[in-house]
Amino acid sequence: MERQLDYELNGLKEKLLKMASLVEESIAKAIKSLVKRDSTLAQEAIEEDTQIDLLEVEINNLSLKLLALKQPMASDLRFITSAMKISAHLERIGDQAVNIAERSLELITQPLLKPLIDIPRMAELAQEMVKNSIGFLINNDISSVEELWKAENVVDDLNTQIFRELLTYMIEDPKTIKRAVGLILVGRHLERIADLSTDIAEEVVYAVSGKNIKHFYKAKSF
Amino acid sequence: MVDEILQSKNDLKMQIKNLNFYYGTHQVLKNINLDIKSNAITAIIGPSGCGKTTFIRILNRMNDIILGTKIEGDILFDQKNIYDDDIDVVEIRRKIGMVFQRPNPFPKSIFENIAYGLKINNLTVNKGELRERVEVALRDAALWEEVKDRLNTSALDLSGGQQQRLCIARALAVQPEVILFDEPCSALDPIATAKIEELIQELKEKYTIIIVTHNMQQAARASDYTAFLMLGELIEFDITEKIFTNPSQKITEDYITGRFG
Repeated sequence: MERQLDYELNGLKEKLLKMASLVEESIAKAIKSLVKRDSTLAQEAIEEDTQIDLLEVEINNLSLKLLALKQPMASDLRFITSAMKISAHLERIGDQAVNIAERSLELITQPLLKPLIDIPRMAELAQEMVKNSIGFLINNDISSVEELWKAENVVDDLNTQIFRELLTYMIEDPKTIKRAVGLILVGRHLERIADLSTDIAEEVVYAVSGKNIKHFYKAKSF
Repeated sequence: MVDEILQSKNDLKMQIKNLNFYYGTHQVLKNINLDIKSNAITAIIGPSGCGKTTFIRILNRMNDIILGTKIEGDILFDQKNIYDDDIDVVEIRRKIGMVFQRPNPFPKSIFENIAYGLKINNLTVNKGELRERVEVALRDAALWEEVKDRLNTSALDLSGGQQQRLCIARALAVQPEVILFDEPCSALDPIATAKIEELIQELKEKYTIIIVTHNMQQAARASDYTAFLMLGELIEFDITEKIFTNPSQKITEDYITGRFG
């Protein structure tokens, strides 16, 4: 039986999807600006963050309204409270994308230190993690959430790799420090994005199954 | 907090075992097994016609007065079956009191409404003790301050919410151990409802409470445990918090989220 509440919950889902898609786009633009050395793209990513912030406000307002007026229970209640938390995580991912864009603007003004391979790879994985974490919620299906924990490990490993490689550059030639640090920070921002995506996935697991798996990273089988 | 509720009140005031109930040949309750914890509030919810009122009326043998009914199973009160032959039904109904959907004060004064039960049960020895017990009952029902200066006026002049609290006081006066509430707030406005719900929270310190309600939000607000009945069967019984945040049965989830009912 379709309820009025289902109509409202679909509205909430749509906003989350839109927010996730804007966030993915922001990450993509920020990395592309770095790879293509295109400062316009970086500027766009920075300016478009406002839309992401506004969606967080919208999602929170709609969630609060539903809580107050509809007295949701069980899975509806869990979905709405998770939506509020997920929107906060997405907003922070958006901020990390802005940070990458800002790093990019600095790095573009200097000569390229080295071909970028690991960073774009990390970015691709991070974007996919954002997309998949929201996908689990929209489809109400957490059966392949394990893939997300694996992806986080890959991102972490890449980040470590980037750091080690750039460390050798800095040791060899201190004149590279500024650029190397810039790139290390980009890696760090991407690692944070992956982290936040797993936070989203933990909320989704709670929303869908009622099980709280937060803070038990190693015991993430349920 | 949930663990505290589970651990601190371990004793069971009532136990319902393998209950089957029939109106003639029509079976209205099917194999119900339920434990009622002492000094806790247990809510019974379910769609219209699911058997919740029939169920609660079994708990103090109110269904005895209906002809053609048949009961199977055990209803234990302090581990003794209340349907045993040697049970005094009047005594059971004193110990397991009932408050009904529509307030039903006697057409007497406020004082007499409370005193009546005390007098016919010979529960007091003199007028002084009677007055004292009436006052205690009215205080426990959060009504004393509102009526202390007009105890001899008719109970029928009270508002709906006050009348209902009077009915609660009337049940409390004869010192029950369990109080059954059959949709006690259906006929009341929101403020009166809120007052009754607050009162029920206070009452659980001294009494065991079972409340039938068709209002899920009331069950969620006001109870420690919730039992969900449907078509005469107990579908799920658990801590209220669990029922309303993450029920185990899909039917329960569908009912409480309004997908049917």
